[in-house]
Amino acid sequence: MSLLEVDGLTVAFGRGAPAIRDVCLRVDAGQRLGVIGESGSGKTVTALAIMGLLAENARLSGSIRIDGDELIGRSDRELARLRGDKLGMIFQEPLSALDPTMRSGRQVAEVLRLHEGAAAGAARERVLAMLAEVGFDDPERVADSYPFQLSGGQRQRVLTAMALINSPDLVICDEPTTALDVTVQATVLGVLDRVLSDAGAACLFISHDLAVVSQLCSDIAVMLDGQIVERGSTADIFDQPQHPYTRGLVATARLDLVAPGDRLPVIGDFYAGERR
Amino acid sequence: MASSVARRLGVFVLSLLAASVVIFLIAQALPGDVARIMLGNEASQADVDALRAQLGLDRPLPVRYLEWMGGLLHGDAGTSYLSGAPVSELIAPRLGVTLWLTGLALVLAVLVAVPLGMVAALHRRDAGGFVVSAVAQVGMAVPAFVAGIVLVAVFSVRLHLLPATGYVPLRSDPLGWARSLVLPVVALAAVQASVLTRYVRSAFIDVLTEDYYRTARAVGWTRGLAMLRHGLRNASLSLVTVLGLQLASVLVGAIVIEQVFVLPGLGQLLLEAVAQKDVLVVQGIVMLLVVFVLLINALVEVAAVALDPRVGEEVA
Repeated sequence: MSLLEVDGLTVAFGRGAPAIRDVCLRVDAGQRLGVIGESGSGKTVTALAIMGLLAENARLSGSIRIDGDELIGRSDRELARLRGDKLGMIFQEPLSALDPTMRSGRQVAEVLRLHEGAAAGAARERVLAMLAEVGFDDPERVADSYPFQLSGGQRQRVLTAMALINSPDLVICDEPTTALDVTVQATVLGVLDRVLSDAGAACLFISHDLAVVSQLCSDIAVMLDGQIVERGSTADIFDQPQHPYTRGLVATARLDLVAPGDRLPVIGDFYAGERR
Repeated sequence: MASSVARRLGVFVLSLLAASVVIFLIAQALPGDVARIMLGNEASQADVDALRAQLGLDRPLPVRYLEWMGGLLHGDAGTSYLSGAPVSELIAPRLGVTLWLTGLALVLAVLVAVPLGMVAALHRRDAGGFVVSAVAQVGMAVPAFVAGIVLVAVFSVRLHLLPATGYVPLRSDPLGWARSLVLPVVALAAVQASVLTRYVRSAFIDVLTEDYYRTARAVGWTRGLAMLRHGLRNASLSLVTVLGLQLASVLVGAIVIEQVFVLPGLGQLLLEAVAQKDVLVVQGIVMLLVVFVLLINALVEVAAVALDPRVGEEVA
Protein backbone atom coordinates (compact mmCIF):
# COMPACT_ATOMS: atom_id res chain seq x y z
CA MET A 1 0.00 0.00 0.00
CA SER A 2 1.35 3.40 -0.98
CA LEU A 3 1.00 6.55 1.11
CA LEU A 4 -1.07 8.25 -1.57
CA GLU A 5 -3.16 6.27 -4.05
CA VAL A 6 -5.23 8.10 -6.62
CA ASP A 7 -7.31 5.94 -8.93
CA GLY A 8 -9.55 6.91 -11.83
CA LEU A 9 -9.95 10.44 -10.47
CA THR A 10 -12.25 12.53 -12.63
CA VAL A 11 -13.24 16.08 -11.68
CA ALA A 12 -15.77 18.32 -13.39
CA PHE A 13 -17.09 21.72 -12.34
CA GLY A 14 -20.81 22.44 -12.45
CA ARG A 15 -22.18 21.11 -15.73
CA GLY A 16 -18.86 21.55 -17.55
CA ALA A 17 -16.72 18.91 -19.22
CA PRO A 18 -14.23 17.16 -16.90
CA ALA A 19 -11.15 19.22 -16.04
CA ILE A 20 -9.21 16.01 -15.33
CA ARG A 21 -10.06 12.48 -16.49
CA ASP A 22 -9.12 9.13 -15.05
CA VAL A 23 -6.01 10.31 -13.21
CA CYS A 24 -4.00 7.59 -11.41
CA LEU A 25 -1.06 8.37 -9.13
CA ARG A 26 1.01 6.50 -6.54
CA VAL A 27 3.31 8.18 -4.04
CA ASP A 28 5.14 6.00 -1.51
CA ALA A 29 6.28 7.23 1.89
CA GLY A 30 9.23 9.59 1.42
CA GLN A 31 8.97 9.46 -2.38
CA ARG A 32 8.96 12.62 -4.48
CA LEU A 33 6.80 12.65 -7.57
CA GLY A 34 6.89 15.56 -9.97
CA VAL A 35 3.73 16.33 -11.94
CA ILE A 36 4.57 18.32 -15.01
CA GLY A 37 2.37 19.94 -17.60
CA GLU A 38 1.36 23.26 -19.07
CA SER A 39 -1.15 25.63 -17.42
CA GLY A 40 -4.66 24.29 -17.81
CA SER A 41 -3.47 20.67 -17.98
CA GLY A 42 -5.18 19.86 -14.65
CA LYS A 43 -2.18 19.73 -12.30
CA THR A 44 -3.60 22.16 -9.77
CA VAL A 45 -7.08 20.60 -9.92
CA THR A 46 -5.47 17.24 -9.09
CA ALA A 47 -3.60 18.76 -6.14
CA LEU A 48 -6.63 20.59 -4.76
CA ALA A 49 -8.74 17.43 -5.14
CA ILE A 50 -6.27 15.52 -2.95
CA MET A 51 -6.37 18.34 -0.37
CA GLY A 52 -10.17 18.51 -0.52
CA LEU A 53 -9.98 22.21 -1.38
CA LEU A 54 -11.85 22.29 -4.69
CA ALA A 55 -14.70 24.77 -5.16
CA GLU A 56 -18.08 23.61 -3.85
CA ASN A 57 -19.44 23.01 -7.33
CA ALA A 58 -16.77 20.39 -8.12
CA ARG A 59 -18.00 16.86 -8.87
CA LEU A 60 -15.48 14.13 -8.05
CA SER A 61 -15.46 10.48 -8.97
CA GLY A 62 -12.82 7.81 -8.55
CA SER A 63 -10.73 7.27 -5.46
CA ILE A 64 -8.16 9.20 -3.39
CA ARG A 65 -6.67 7.23 -0.51
CA ILE A 66 -4.16 8.28 2.14
CA ASP A 67 -2.74 5.29 4.03
CA GLY A 68 -5.59 3.32 2.57
CA ASP A 69 -8.30 5.67 3.87
CA GLU A 70 -10.70 6.95 1.24
CA LEU A 71 -10.95 10.77 1.17
CA ILE A 72 -13.67 11.28 -1.43
CA GLY A 73 -17.03 11.74 0.25
CA ARG A 74 -15.56 12.69 3.62
CA SER A 75 -16.93 15.83 5.31
CA ASP A 76 -14.99 19.08 5.28
CA ARG A 77 -14.54 18.80 9.05
CA GLU A 78 -12.85 15.39 8.72
CA LEU A 79 -10.66 16.52 5.83
CA ALA A 80 -9.68 19.68 7.73
CA ARG A 81 -8.19 17.46 10.44
CA LEU A 82 -5.85 15.91 7.85
CA ARG A 83 -4.89 19.21 6.25
CA GLY A 84 -1.97 20.91 7.93
CA ASP A 85 -1.27 17.74 9.87
CA LYS A 86 -0.81 14.71 7.61
CA LEU A 87 -1.07 16.75 4.41
CA GLY A 88 0.76 20.00 3.85
CA MET A 89 0.49 22.31 0.86
CA ILE A 90 2.63 25.13 -0.50
CA PHE A 91 1.08 27.41 -3.09
CA GLN A 92 2.21 29.35 -6.09
CA GLU A 93 1.62 32.91 -4.87
CA PRO A 94 3.79 33.58 -1.82
CA LEU A 95 3.04 37.31 -1.99
CA SER A 96 -0.67 36.92 -1.25
CA ALA A 97 -0.82 33.56 0.52
CA LEU A 98 -0.18 34.90 4.03
CA ASP A 99 -2.77 36.81 6.08
CA PRO A 100 -1.62 40.44 5.68
CA THR A 101 -2.92 41.44 9.12
CA MET A 102 -1.14 38.81 11.21
CA ARG A 103 2.52 38.49 12.20
CA SER A 104 4.16 35.57 10.40
CA GLY A 105 5.24 33.81 13.60
CA ARG A 106 1.65 33.69 14.79
CA GLN A 107 0.53 32.25 11.48
CA VAL A 108 3.05 29.41 11.84
CA ALA A 109 2.21 28.88 15.53
CA GLU A 110 -1.46 28.70 14.67
CA VAL A 111 -0.92 25.60 12.53
CA LEU A 112 0.84 23.96 15.43
CA ARG A 113 -1.84 24.83 17.95
CA LEU A 114 -4.68 23.94 15.62
CA HIS A 115 -3.58 20.31 15.41
CA GLU A 116 -1.64 19.70 18.59
CA GLY A 117 -3.15 22.12 21.06
CA ALA A 118 0.37 23.15 22.05
CA ALA A 119 0.69 25.88 24.71
CA ALA A 120 1.65 29.36 23.49
CA GLY A 121 5.12 29.35 25.08
CA ALA A 122 6.12 25.94 23.76
CA ALA A 123 4.67 26.80 20.35
CA ARG A 124 6.90 29.88 20.10
CA GLU A 125 10.04 27.78 20.64
CA ARG A 126 9.06 25.31 17.95
CA VAL A 127 8.08 28.07 15.55
CA LEU A 128 11.50 29.71 15.92
CA ALA A 129 13.22 26.35 15.42
CA MET A 130 11.14 25.71 12.30
CA LEU A 131 11.90 29.17 10.92
CA ALA A 132 15.61 28.51 11.50
CA GLU A 133 15.19 25.22 9.66
CA VAL A 134 13.78 26.91 6.56
CA GLY A 135 16.94 28.99 6.43
CA PHE A 136 16.29 32.14 8.44
CA ASP A 137 19.32 33.41 10.38
CA ASP A 138 17.07 35.72 12.42
CA PRO A 139 13.93 33.72 13.19
CA GLU A 140 12.92 36.11 16.00
CA ARG A 141 12.72 39.06 13.63
CA VAL A 142 10.91 37.08 10.94
CA ALA A 143 8.37 35.77 13.46
CA ASP A 144 7.61 39.31 14.58
CA SER A 145 7.33 40.65 11.02
CA TYR A 146 4.14 41.18 9.11
CA PRO A 147 4.11 39.54 5.67
CA PHE A 148 4.45 42.89 3.89
CA GLN A 149 7.79 43.38 5.65
CA LEU A 150 9.19 40.20 4.07
CA SER A 151 10.33 39.51 0.50
CA GLY A 152 8.67 36.97 -1.79
CA GLY A 153 11.30 34.33 -1.15
CA GLN A 154 11.10 34.91 2.61
CA ARG A 155 7.32 34.60 2.53
CA GLN A 156 7.54 31.34 0.61
CA ARG A 157 9.89 30.01 3.28
CA VAL A 158 7.41 31.06 6.00
CA LEU A 159 4.73 29.17 4.07
CA THR A 160 7.08 26.20 3.85
CA ALA A 161 7.49 26.36 7.62
CA MET A 162 3.69 26.39 8.00
CA ALA A 163 3.32 23.37 5.72
CA LEU A 164 6.02 21.36 7.48
CA ILE A 165 5.75 22.25 11.16
CA ASN A 166 3.45 19.32 11.93
CA SER A 167 5.77 16.87 10.12
CA PRO A 168 3.28 15.90 7.41
CA ASP A 169 3.58 12.60 5.56
CA LEU A 170 2.89 14.28 2.24
CA VAL A 171 3.61 17.84 1.09
CA ILE A 172 1.96 19.08 -2.08
CA CYS A 173 3.90 21.90 -3.74
CA ASP A 174 1.97 23.73 -6.46
CA GLU A 175 4.53 25.67 -8.52
CA PRO A 176 6.13 27.04 -5.34
CA THR A 177 8.89 28.91 -7.13
CA THR A 178 7.16 30.11 -10.28
CA ALA A 179 6.46 33.57 -8.89
CA LEU A 180 10.02 34.05 -7.64
CA ASP A 181 13.03 35.30 -9.57
CA VAL A 182 15.66 32.78 -10.53
CA THR A 183 18.24 33.31 -7.78
CA VAL A 184 15.57 33.24 -5.08
CA GLN A 185 14.08 30.19 -6.78
CA ALA A 186 17.32 28.29 -6.22
CA THR A 187 17.38 29.20 -2.52
CA VAL A 188 13.78 28.15 -1.94
CA LEU A 189 14.25 24.88 -3.85
CA GLY A 190 17.38 24.16 -1.80
CA VAL A 191 15.47 24.77 1.45
CA LEU A 192 12.57 22.62 0.26
CA ASP A 193 14.89 19.78 -0.70
CA ARG A 194 16.56 19.85 2.71
CA VAL A 195 13.45 20.11 4.91
CA LEU A 196 11.66 17.38 2.95
CA SER A 197 14.64 15.08 3.46
CA ASP A 198 14.95 15.97 7.14
CA ALA A 199 11.27 15.33 7.74
CA GLY A 200 11.27 12.23 5.56
CA ALA A 201 8.11 13.59 3.96
CA ALA A 202 6.81 12.48 0.58
CA CYS A 203 6.17 15.20 -1.96
CA LEU A 204 3.92 15.81 -4.92
CA PHE A 205 5.67 18.59 -6.79
CA ILE A 206 3.69 20.37 -9.45
CA SER A 207 5.45 22.46 -12.04
CA HIS A 208 5.58 23.40 -15.70
CA ASP A 209 9.36 23.50 -15.50
CA LEU A 210 11.05 20.15 -16.14
CA ALA A 211 14.42 21.49 -15.03
CA VAL A 212 13.02 22.45 -11.60
CA VAL A 213 11.21 19.13 -11.19
CA SER A 214 14.28 17.09 -12.10
CA GLN A 215 16.27 18.81 -9.32
CA LEU A 216 13.87 17.63 -6.66
CA CYS A 217 12.00 14.55 -7.81
CA SER A 218 12.93 10.93 -8.36
CA ASP A 219 9.84 10.27 -10.49
CA ILE A 220 7.81 12.27 -12.95
CA ALA A 221 4.25 12.12 -14.28
CA VAL A 222 3.45 14.14 -17.39
CA MET A 223 -0.02 15.67 -17.59
CA LEU A 224 -1.68 16.89 -20.76
CA ASP A 225 -5.26 18.06 -21.27
CA GLY A 226 -6.48 16.62 -17.99
CA GLN A 227 -4.85 13.22 -18.33
CA ILE A 228 -1.57 11.64 -17.37
CA VAL A 229 0.15 10.69 -20.62
CA GLU A 230 3.45 9.35 -19.35
CA ARG A 231 5.17 8.42 -16.11
CA GLY A 232 8.52 7.07 -15.09
CA SER A 233 11.70 7.74 -13.17
CA THR A 234 13.27 11.14 -13.81
CA ALA A 235 16.23 9.48 -15.54
CA ASP A 236 13.99 7.47 -17.87
CA ILE A 237 11.88 10.47 -18.76
CA PHE A 238 14.99 12.39 -19.74
CA ASP A 239 16.70 9.52 -21.56
CA GLN A 240 13.79 7.80 -23.27
CA PRO A 241 10.76 10.09 -23.47
CA GLN A 242 7.92 8.16 -25.13
CA HIS A 243 5.07 10.59 -25.69
CA PRO A 244 5.82 13.27 -28.31
CA TYR A 245 4.76 15.98 -25.82
CA THR A 246 7.29 14.65 -23.30
CA ARG A 247 9.99 14.65 -26.01
CA GLY A 248 9.19 18.31 -26.60
CA LEU A 249 9.44 19.07 -22.88
CA VAL A 250 12.79 17.33 -22.59
CA ALA A 251 14.19 19.10 -25.65
CA THR A 252 13.14 22.53 -24.38
CA ALA A 253 14.64 21.74 -20.95
CA ARG A 254 18.00 20.75 -22.48
CA LEU A 255 18.91 23.97 -24.19
CA ASP A 256 22.56 23.26 -23.35
CA LEU A 257 22.48 20.65 -26.12
CA VAL A 258 21.53 23.17 -28.79
CA ALA A 259 24.48 24.31 -30.91
CA PRO A 260 25.05 28.09 -31.00
CA GLY A 261 23.28 29.62 -33.96
CA ASP A 262 20.70 26.83 -34.25
CA ARG A 263 17.04 27.58 -33.76
CA LEU A 264 15.81 26.80 -30.21
CA PRO A 265 13.39 23.86 -30.07
CA VAL A 266 9.74 24.43 -29.15
CA ILE A 267 7.20 21.85 -28.03
CA GLY A 268 5.26 22.34 -31.26
CA ASP A 269 8.21 20.74 -33.11
CA PHE A 270 7.42 17.47 -31.35
CA TYR A 271 3.74 17.50 -30.49
CA ALA A 272 1.03 19.14 -32.54
CA GLY A 273 -1.86 18.36 -30.17
CA GLU A 274 -5.53 18.97 -30.75
CA ARG A 275 -5.34 22.66 -29.88
CA ARG A 276 -2.13 23.59 -31.68
CA MET B 1 3.54 60.68 11.84
CA ALA B 2 3.29 64.15 13.41
CA SER B 3 2.83 65.85 10.05
CA SER B 4 0.07 63.47 9.03
CA VAL B 5 -1.76 64.09 12.32
CA ALA B 6 -1.42 67.83 11.72
CA ARG B 7 -2.73 67.42 8.18
CA ARG B 8 -5.75 65.46 9.36
CA LEU B 9 -6.43 68.02 12.07
CA GLY B 10 -6.29 70.76 9.44
CA VAL B 11 -8.77 68.91 7.25
CA PHE B 12 -11.02 68.44 10.29
CA VAL B 13 -11.03 72.16 11.13
CA LEU B 14 -11.61 73.19 7.51
CA SER B 15 -14.51 70.74 7.21
CA LEU B 16 -16.08 72.21 10.33
CA LEU B 17 -15.70 75.76 9.00
CA ALA B 18 -17.21 74.84 5.64
CA ALA B 19 -20.07 73.02 7.37
CA SER B 20 -20.76 76.00 9.62
CA VAL B 21 -21.15 78.32 6.61
CA VAL B 22 -23.51 75.91 4.84
CA ILE B 23 -25.55 75.29 8.00
CA PHE B 24 -25.82 79.02 8.68
CA LEU B 25 -26.96 79.87 5.15
CA ILE B 26 -29.54 77.07 5.03
CA ALA B 27 -30.93 78.01 8.46
CA GLN B 28 -31.26 81.61 7.32
CA ALA B 29 -33.02 80.53 4.16
CA LEU B 30 -35.74 78.66 6.08
CA PRO B 31 -39.10 80.14 5.09
CA GLY B 32 -40.95 82.19 7.72
CA ASP B 33 -39.90 84.81 10.22
CA VAL B 34 -39.32 84.10 13.87
CA ALA B 35 -40.50 87.57 14.93
CA ARG B 36 -43.77 87.11 13.07
CA ILE B 37 -44.23 83.68 14.64
CA MET B 38 -43.57 85.08 18.11
CA LEU B 39 -45.98 87.98 17.78
CA GLY B 40 -48.68 86.18 15.81
CA ASN B 41 -50.41 87.11 12.56
CA GLU B 42 -52.35 89.92 14.17
CA ALA B 43 -49.27 91.99 15.04
CA SER B 44 -48.43 95.10 13.05
CA GLN B 45 -45.44 95.21 10.72
CA ALA B 46 -43.91 97.93 12.91
CA ASP B 47 -43.99 95.69 15.97
CA VAL B 48 -42.47 92.81 14.00
CA ASP B 49 -39.68 95.07 12.71
CA ALA B 50 -39.02 96.32 16.20
CA LEU B 51 -38.69 92.75 17.50
CA ARG B 52 -36.41 91.83 14.60
CA ALA B 53 -34.16 94.75 15.51
CA GLN B 54 -34.25 93.73 19.15
CA LEU B 55 -33.21 90.16 18.24
CA GLY B 56 -30.48 91.51 15.96
CA LEU B 57 -32.05 89.94 12.87
CA ASP B 58 -31.91 93.19 10.87
CA ARG B 59 -28.12 93.13 10.70
CA PRO B 60 -26.33 91.83 7.58
CA LEU B 61 -25.65 88.07 7.21
CA PRO B 62 -21.82 88.17 7.58
CA VAL B 63 -22.12 90.05 10.86
CA ARG B 64 -24.58 87.51 12.25
CA TYR B 65 -22.44 84.60 11.01
CA LEU B 66 -19.31 85.98 12.68
CA GLU B 67 -21.22 86.64 15.88
CA TRP B 68 -22.47 83.04 15.90
CA MET B 69 -19.04 81.60 15.14
CA GLY B 70 -17.39 83.84 17.72
CA GLY B 71 -19.85 82.55 20.30
CA LEU B 72 -19.26 78.91 19.29
CA LEU B 73 -15.50 79.34 19.73
CA HIS B 74 -16.19 80.40 23.31
CA GLY B 75 -18.56 77.49 23.80
CA ASP B 76 -21.63 79.71 23.55
CA ALA B 77 -24.17 78.60 20.96
CA GLY B 78 -26.45 81.60 21.63
CA THR B 79 -29.94 81.71 23.08
CA SER B 80 -33.24 80.53 21.70
CA TYR B 81 -35.26 83.41 20.22
CA LEU B 82 -38.45 81.89 21.48
CA SER B 83 -37.72 80.66 24.97
CA GLY B 84 -34.72 82.82 25.74
CA ALA B 85 -32.92 79.78 27.15
CA PRO B 86 -29.31 79.12 26.13
CA VAL B 87 -29.17 76.70 23.18
CA SER B 88 -26.72 74.48 25.03
CA GLU B 89 -29.19 74.08 27.91
CA LEU B 90 -31.92 73.08 25.46
CA ILE B 91 -29.68 70.51 23.82
CA ALA B 92 -28.04 68.95 26.90
CA PRO B 93 -31.00 66.99 28.34
CA ARG B 94 -31.95 65.69 24.89
CA LEU B 95 -28.50 64.65 23.78
CA GLY B 96 -28.53 61.46 25.88
CA VAL B 97 -31.72 60.16 24.25
CA THR B 98 -30.36 60.55 20.73
CA LEU B 99 -26.92 59.18 21.61
CA TRP B 100 -28.39 56.07 23.25
CA LEU B 101 -30.75 55.56 20.34
CA THR B 102 -28.11 55.87 17.59
CA GLY B 103 -25.34 54.13 19.53
CA LEU B 104 -27.42 51.12 20.50
CA ALA B 105 -28.92 50.88 17.01
CA LEU B 106 -25.45 50.85 15.43
CA VAL B 107 -24.20 48.20 17.87
CA LEU B 108 -27.26 46.05 17.29
CA ALA B 109 -26.93 46.46 13.51
CA VAL B 110 -23.31 45.27 13.64
CA LEU B 111 -24.11 42.35 15.94
CA VAL B 112 -26.84 41.19 13.57
CA ALA B 113 -25.18 42.00 10.25
CA VAL B 114 -21.74 40.45 10.77
CA PRO B 115 -22.88 36.86 11.48
CA LEU B 116 -25.71 37.07 8.94
CA GLY B 117 -23.42 38.46 6.24
CA MET B 118 -20.87 35.74 6.97
CA VAL B 119 -23.50 33.02 6.68
CA ALA B 120 -24.80 34.57 3.47
CA ALA B 121 -21.27 34.58 2.02
CA LEU B 122 -20.44 31.02 3.03
CA HIS B 123 -23.80 29.72 1.78
CA ARG B 124 -24.09 32.00 -1.22
CA ARG B 125 -24.77 29.04 -3.50
CA ASP B 126 -27.50 27.38 -1.45
CA ALA B 127 -30.95 28.16 -0.08
CA GLY B 128 -29.79 29.48 3.32
CA GLY B 129 -27.66 32.20 1.77
CA PHE B 130 -30.43 33.12 -0.63
CA VAL B 131 -32.92 33.57 2.20
CA VAL B 132 -30.53 35.84 4.15
CA SER B 133 -29.86 37.95 1.05
CA ALA B 134 -33.54 38.19 0.20
CA VAL B 135 -34.49 39.25 3.74
CA ALA B 136 -31.72 41.85 3.72
CA GLN B 137 -32.94 43.13 0.36
CA VAL B 138 -36.48 43.54 1.69
CA GLY B 139 -35.19 45.10 4.92
CA MET B 140 -33.35 47.75 2.93
CA ALA B 141 -36.57 48.77 1.21
CA VAL B 142 -38.57 49.21 4.44
CA PRO B 143 -38.35 52.77 5.82
CA ALA B 144 -37.46 52.95 9.54
CA PHE B 145 -40.73 54.65 10.45
CA VAL B 146 -42.77 51.86 8.82
CA ALA B 147 -40.72 49.31 10.75
CA GLY B 148 -41.43 51.36 13.89
CA ILE B 149 -45.18 51.46 13.28
CA VAL B 150 -45.32 47.71 12.61
CA LEU B 151 -43.32 46.99 15.78
CA VAL B 152 -45.67 49.19 17.83
CA ALA B 153 -48.72 47.51 16.31
CA VAL B 154 -47.43 44.06 17.21
CA PHE B 155 -45.53 44.45 20.49
CA SER B 156 -47.42 47.33 22.11
CA VAL B 157 -50.95 47.34 20.76
CA ARG B 158 -51.49 43.63 20.31
CA LEU B 159 -49.14 41.91 22.78
CA HIS B 160 -48.85 44.74 25.36
CA LEU B 161 -45.23 43.78 25.93
CA LEU B 162 -43.50 47.12 25.50
CA PRO B 163 -44.48 50.79 25.67
CA ALA B 164 -45.39 52.37 22.32
CA THR B 165 -44.11 55.84 23.17
CA GLY B 166 -42.20 57.86 25.73
CA TYR B 167 -38.81 57.77 27.34
CA VAL B 168 -37.65 57.02 30.88
CA PRO B 169 -34.24 58.37 31.92
CA LEU B 170 -31.67 55.67 32.66
CA ARG B 171 -30.93 57.02 36.16
CA SER B 172 -34.49 57.11 37.40
CA ASP B 173 -35.49 53.63 36.22
CA PRO B 174 -33.01 51.41 34.31
CA LEU B 175 -35.59 48.77 33.46
CA GLY B 176 -38.11 51.32 32.25
CA TRP B 177 -35.32 52.97 30.25
CA ALA B 178 -34.47 49.69 28.54
CA ARG B 179 -38.14 48.94 27.85
CA SER B 180 -38.67 52.39 26.35
CA LEU B 181 -35.71 51.99 23.97
CA VAL B 182 -36.22 48.42 22.70
CA LEU B 183 -38.69 49.17 19.92
CA PRO B 184 -37.09 52.39 18.62
CA VAL B 185 -33.62 50.82 18.61
CA VAL B 186 -34.86 47.72 16.78
CA ALA B 187 -36.76 49.82 14.24
CA LEU B 188 -33.71 51.99 13.56
CA ALA B 189 -31.28 49.05 13.51
CA ALA B 190 -33.37 46.90 11.17
CA VAL B 191 -32.72 49.06 8.13
CA GLN B 192 -29.06 49.63 9.00
CA ALA B 193 -28.50 45.93 9.63
CA SER B 194 -29.98 45.10 6.23
CA VAL B 195 -27.71 47.54 4.45
CA LEU B 196 -24.72 46.39 6.47
CA THR B 197 -25.47 42.70 5.86
CA ARG B 198 -25.09 43.30 2.13
CA TYR B 199 -21.71 44.94 2.69
CA VAL B 200 -20.55 42.22 5.07
CA ARG B 201 -21.63 39.55 2.60
CA SER B 202 -19.70 41.03 -0.30
CA ALA B 203 -16.66 41.75 1.90
CA PHE B 204 -16.57 38.10 2.96
CA ILE B 205 -17.16 36.85 -0.59
CA ASP B 206 -14.03 38.82 -1.50
CA VAL B 207 -12.21 37.04 1.32
CA LEU B 208 -13.26 33.65 -0.08
CA THR B 209 -11.29 34.34 -3.25
CA GLU B 210 -8.17 35.47 -1.40
CA ASP B 211 -5.06 33.31 -1.38
CA TYR B 212 -4.63 33.70 2.38
CA TYR B 213 -8.08 32.18 2.88
CA ARG B 214 -7.02 29.17 0.81
CA THR B 215 -3.83 28.93 2.90
CA ALA B 216 -5.91 28.99 6.08
CA ARG B 217 -8.03 26.16 4.68
CA ALA B 218 -4.90 24.25 3.65
CA VAL B 219 -3.46 24.31 7.17
CA GLY B 220 -6.62 22.80 8.57
CA TRP B 221 -9.25 25.45 9.32
CA THR B 222 -12.80 24.59 8.33
CA ARG B 223 -14.61 27.13 6.16
CA GLY B 224 -16.30 29.01 9.00
CA LEU B 225 -13.24 29.13 11.25
CA ALA B 226 -10.92 30.16 8.39
CA MET B 227 -13.34 33.01 7.80
CA LEU B 228 -13.35 34.06 11.46
CA ARG B 229 -9.62 33.73 12.07
CA HIS B 230 -8.34 35.26 8.85
CA GLY B 231 -11.31 36.83 7.11
CA LEU B 232 -12.94 38.93 9.81
CA ARG B 233 -10.09 41.35 10.37
CA ASN B 234 -9.37 41.74 6.68
CA ALA B 235 -13.04 42.26 5.89
CA SER B 236 -13.44 44.74 8.74
CA LEU B 237 -10.89 47.01 7.03
CA SER B 238 -13.52 47.92 4.47
CA LEU B 239 -16.45 47.55 6.88
CA VAL B 240 -15.33 50.23 9.38
CA THR B 241 -15.35 52.73 6.52
CA VAL B 242 -18.88 51.73 5.58
CA LEU B 243 -19.90 51.98 9.23
CA GLY B 244 -18.51 55.51 9.48
CA LEU B 245 -20.52 56.51 6.42
CA GLN B 246 -23.63 54.84 7.79
CA LEU B 247 -23.49 56.89 10.97
CA ALA B 248 -24.86 59.93 9.15
CA SER B 249 -27.85 57.98 7.90
CA VAL B 250 -28.43 56.50 11.35
CA LEU B 251 -28.60 60.02 12.79
CA VAL B 252 -31.14 61.04 10.17
CA GLY B 253 -33.07 57.86 10.88
CA ALA B 254 -33.00 58.63 14.61
CA ILE B 255 -34.68 62.00 14.01
CA VAL B 256 -37.55 60.23 12.25
CA ILE B 257 -37.76 57.44 14.83
CA GLU B 258 -37.91 59.98 17.67
CA GLN B 259 -41.10 61.33 16.07
CA VAL B 260 -42.66 57.88 15.74
CA PHE B 261 -41.96 56.92 19.36
CA VAL B 262 -42.32 60.42 20.83
CA LEU B 263 -38.81 60.36 22.29
CA PRO B 264 -37.59 63.70 23.67
CA GLY B 265 -34.35 63.67 21.69
CA LEU B 266 -32.46 66.10 19.49
CA GLY B 267 -34.62 65.24 16.51
CA GLN B 268 -37.76 66.39 18.22
CA LEU B 269 -36.10 69.61 19.33
CA LEU B 270 -34.73 70.16 15.83
CA LEU B 271 -38.07 69.73 14.09
CA GLU B 272 -39.78 72.04 16.61
CA ALA B 273 -37.09 74.65 16.10
CA VAL B 274 -37.35 74.42 12.31
CA ALA B 275 -41.13 74.84 12.46
CA GLN B 276 -40.80 77.91 14.65
CA LYS B 277 -37.78 79.26 12.76
CA ASP B 278 -35.78 79.29 15.99
CA VAL B 279 -32.66 79.62 13.88
CA LEU B 280 -29.94 79.49 16.52
CA VAL B 281 -31.34 76.25 17.96
CA VAL B 282 -31.43 74.72 14.46
CA GLN B 283 -27.85 75.79 13.78
CA GLY B 284 -26.66 74.54 17.15
CA ILE B 285 -28.15 71.06 16.74
CA VAL B 286 -27.07 70.55 13.15
CA MET B 287 -23.57 71.81 13.95
CA LEU B 288 -23.37 69.34 16.83
CA LEU B 289 -24.43 66.47 14.53
CA VAL B 290 -21.79 67.49 11.99
CA VAL B 291 -19.06 67.56 14.67
CA PHE B 292 -20.25 64.12 15.66
CA VAL B 293 -20.09 62.63 12.17
CA LEU B 294 -16.67 64.16 11.51
CA LEU B 295 -15.32 62.89 14.83
CA ILE B 296 -16.57 59.38 14.17
CA ASN B 297 -15.04 59.38 10.71
CA ALA B 298 -11.73 60.49 12.22
CA LEU B 299 -12.05 57.58 14.65
CA VAL B 300 -12.71 55.29 11.69
CA GLU B 301 -9.38 56.33 10.19
CA VAL B 302 -7.67 55.55 13.48
CA ALA B 303 -9.43 52.18 13.60
CA ALA B 304 -8.28 51.41 10.06
CA VAL B 305 -4.68 52.06 11.12
CA ALA B 306 -5.11 49.85 14.16
CA LEU B 307 -6.59 47.02 12.07
CA ASP B 308 -4.19 47.12 9.15
CA PRO B 309 -0.49 46.97 9.99
CA ARG B 310 0.38 48.19 6.49
CA VAL B 311 -1.38 51.57 6.88
CA GLY B 312 0.47 52.37 10.11
CA GLU B 313 3.78 51.58 8.44
CA GLU B 314 3.13 53.92 5.54
CA VAL B 315 2.16 56.76 7.85
CA ALA B 316 5.24 56.41 10.06
